[in-house]
Amino acid sequence: MDWLTILIFSPLIGILLLSLLQAEQKVTISLTGILATVLPLLLSLVVYAQFHGGGDLAISHQWISFGNGLFQINYELGIDGFSLLLLLLATIVSALSASVAAAQIKQGLKAFFLWFLILEIGMLGVFTAENLILFFIFFEITLVPMFFLIGRWGFVEREKAAYSFLIYNGLGSAVLLILFAAIFAKTGTTNIEELKTIMGSGDAVSEEFRFGSLLALLIAFGVKLPIVPLHTWMVRVHVHAPIAVVMIHAGILLKIGAYGLINFGIGIFGDQFAKVAPFMAVLGLVNLLYGAFLAFVQNELKSVFAYSSVSHMGIVLLGVAAMNEAGIQGAIFQTLSHGLIAALLFLLVGVIYERTHTTKLRSLGGLAKGMPLAAGFFLAAGMASLGLPGMSGFVSEFMAFLGLFESMPWLAAIGTLGIIMTAVYILRAVLGVTYGKTVKSFAGMYDLTRREMIPAAALLALIVLIGIYPNFITHTLQFALESIMLGIGG
Amino acid sequence: MDMDTLLSYEWSIMAPEFTILLVATALSLIDLFVSKNVDRKLFGWFGIAGIAIALIFSFSQIGHEPAMILANTYRLDAFSLSFKILLLTGSLLVLLMGVSFEARGELTYRGEFYYLLLTGLLGAMMMASSADLITLFVGLELLTISSYILAGTRKKSRYSNEAAMKYVINGGISTAFTLFGMSYIYGLTGSTNLADISREISNITPANVQVLLSIAFILTFVGLAFKISTVPFQMWAPDVYQGAPTPVTAFLSVVSKTAGFIIIIRVLISIFPFTQGFEENTSLLHSLMIFLSVLAGMTMIVGNTIALKQRNIKRLFAYSSIAHAGYLLVPFVAFSELMFESMWFYLVAYLLMNIGAFAIIQVMTEHSDSEDVSIFAGLYYRRPWIAIMMTVFLLSLAGIPGTAGFIGKLNIFIGALFSDPSRYILAVVMIGTTVISYFYYFGIMAQMFMRPAGSAAQVRLPVGVTITMVFCAAGTITLGLFPGLVLEFFQTQFNFAEMFY
Repeated sequence: MDWLTILIFSPLIGILLLSLLQAEQKVTISLTGILATVLPLLLSLVVYAQFHGGGDLAISHQWISFGNGLFQINYELGIDGFSLLLLLLATIVSALSASVAAAQIKQGLKAFFLWFLILEIGMLGVFTAENLILFFIFFEITLVPMFFLIGRWGFVEREKAAYSFLIYNGLGSAVLLILFAAIFAKTGTTNIEELKTIMGSGDAVSEEFRFGSLLALLIAFGVKLPIVPLHTWMVRVHVHAPIAVVMIHAGILLKIGAYGLINFGIGIFGDQFAKVAPFMAVLGLVNLLYGAFLAFVQNELKSVFAYSSVSHMGIVLLGVAAMNEAGIQGAIFQTLSHGLIAALLFLLVGVIYERTHTTKLRSLGGLAKGMPLAAGFFLAAGMASLGLPGMSGFVSEFMAFLGLFESMPWLAAIGTLGIIMTAVYILRAVLGVTYGKTVKSFAGMYDLTRREMIPAAALLALIVLIGIYPNFITHTLQFALESIMLGIGG
Repeated sequence: MDMDTLLSYEWSIMAPEFTILLVATALSLIDLFVSKNVDRKLFGWFGIAGIAIALIFSFSQIGHEPAMILANTYRLDAFSLSFKILLLTGSLLVLLMGVSFEARGELTYRGEFYYLLLTGLLGAMMMASSADLITLFVGLELLTISSYILAGTRKKSRYSNEAAMKYVINGGISTAFTLFGMSYIYGLTGSTNLADISREISNITPANVQVLLSIAFILTFVGLAFKISTVPFQMWAPDVYQGAPTPVTAFLSVVSKTAGFIIIIRVLISIFPFTQGFEENTSLLHSLMIFLSVLAGMTMIVGNTIALKQRNIKRLFAYSSIAHAGYLLVPFVAFSELMFESMWFYLVAYLLMNIGAFAIIQVMTEHSDSEDVSIFAGLYYRRPWIAIMMTVFLLSLAGIPGTAGFIGKLNIFIGALFSDPSRYILAVVMIGTTVISYFYYFGIMAQMFMRPAGSAAQVRLPVGVTITMVFCAAGTITLGLFPGLVLEFFQTQFNFAEMFY
């Protein structure tokens, strides 16, 4: 069975069913929408089982041929440990975010879910594509639904945020497309495995071309990750997009940047990457400190976590730049862990906004009285974000820095400053909101409903699970990591 | 020429042209004798049937050996056939739009629309098949003059009259350029036949001739740039597109533009690759490509940036179609093995997405006072299927994956970077301006999905235009997902090597 294809296109069933429904049948629509995201979740578990059962999941079919066979593009899918974990992250966060959306989106729920499911197809495709063109196609497919999801259902400045998303990411993918087309034209293939051998050895292409390619990759995925100074769009999206979409965005879409950097940057251009690693580490440091500093001065909850995402992605860069096993493992862990933590944080911000209709730090305080459970979860998520031992954030930061201390101790030493700053801004935001002075009392305050409780509890459980038993991830990651290390000669 | 030679020609290779000629003549005669009360829409369906028959003839000619008749002035080869099929399909879809078109406050008596469209098509087909500068020019003029009148068929509309007037004046100037350029070619080689010219021209050695040939090249191209609306002759497009009736606009932006590319490829490729360029061992075409590449780049930049400021939907699409002409020049400049395939496939994609979009524009503007983009406001909540189809066309025009437009752009890119030397700058300009184009394409989509429904103007969906829309939308998506269907047909059936003599 071609499980990967079934998985990627399984949201189509939901799309089909939804398009048959009338816009007035709200309950049926939200139920269909949620179930439509549960289906890929179940399928991804099947894929997980298959992967560990040693089943061969890769497929390849002939698809397009340009110039009478001169340029052949195949429809080829496959996964390794890293992409499998990201697939799971994507299906889990999508399902949880769909249930949040069903509760929070008041208008045009049907259209919302239609776009949402198209977005999911794009995300699942990105992590399974085995050649660059296919990767690009799915990458670009995520662009369109995001534009509409932000622009139609977002907060005040939604259209501005939507255009800002579209143009930054459009430019990012433009760079990517030129790069992929150039690689295709020069080598005649876009298959990632083949490219690893071609670029790794041989003299099929010049050294300048390889460096140019790496630079293009850094820009393209740097927009996505984002690397400072390419981050302004991302902050805007975090602040103005609907909460359910921000969960997807912070939880999964930003991770495509990390995935691309690790899988293509190190995977294909390992030697060149090693030469620019110090530069990458500096960029990571800037991300970490700049993000943390700006998160500290924000007056608004969503901006705090937006800059916190920037800061945390700095750790991914640091881990990658370490170019050793611990560092890369730390980067991958951080990718997954931040996906879960960011999704949880924004879910709770959404809950708070729904009760209080504000996210201004000034007007929020002492919410633990009115909504003790929500406050508890919020505090826990904050602790995970600042890297409290026993939570996933600790494992990933610890490993990333372990790797970096090995290869660039000075930079790592400066980087630890970032960890302290993280603690400061997280505690400032979270403690004040939950246990601080009650600034304003809000009428009609109520605690987490069951519908909000389930996703929050699920995310927290995963965060803790990774924190206390990281082995279940290392186990899946083993071969992927080994092959990456082989590529950089480590 | 006596009767025997005339009879000895293999006339069957002109069967599609004769069909169109016959239908056009018959329609123009019937129009004279039939009472004014007879609905002229019947003419439209008659014309559609004629084009369908011509299409069948054309398909039956696939695989035919290259053949020339009429003293080597008329040529059937893979090049002409593959593009003729495009021209016929495009005109068929435009006519389907035409029979549904009802301009407000205009006379319903308008039989001339149908037969002028057919004569225009006939001219375009002659251009595709001609092997002689004279037939080429006659075909060009037949198409152009029919278009002048078509642009002015809304007799009572000030914009339509202005459009026709501007079109005539600009067209006249550009034709003069082309003719002037051609006169140099004739002067240097003493022949108007393309085969003779390409043979003669490679024998010319004196160095100063290169300058004359370069002038010929530049003048011919600049004149023909009018037809494809690229810099420096793009100014007419917005006014004419806005003033002309929507089916005519669709015809100009697709069929007439395709014909323009045909004539450019035919003339330039038949003559200039075989002449000595400015450097050793390069052809003149190669040496002058820098000129074309600057024009292509400027066209993309001008089209896409000016489109950003347009509020009138037809003007916006005029600039969009200018930009697309720029994209279409890229494979020609790159001149790689993929050139014909890239251009042909992109023209197929462009035909589907652009005619489809114009069909929807026609439906939306027909009964509304305004042509402002805001007529699309909230369309998704009024007529979801029209909005979804328009989204498909816009995404394809913007080159988003899943649509034919993306595959076309990808093909052009790979060709541009594969060619030797790689056209990096042009590729960067192309993709950069593509991102700029997101602004206005997504702007229309934002109107449809994010704005509250504005006017409650009724949207009518007659049969003809509905067929066009559905066909184009289905085609755009099918070619986006399975481009092999058309690419394989092209690769196996058409051997472009035979276009050289």
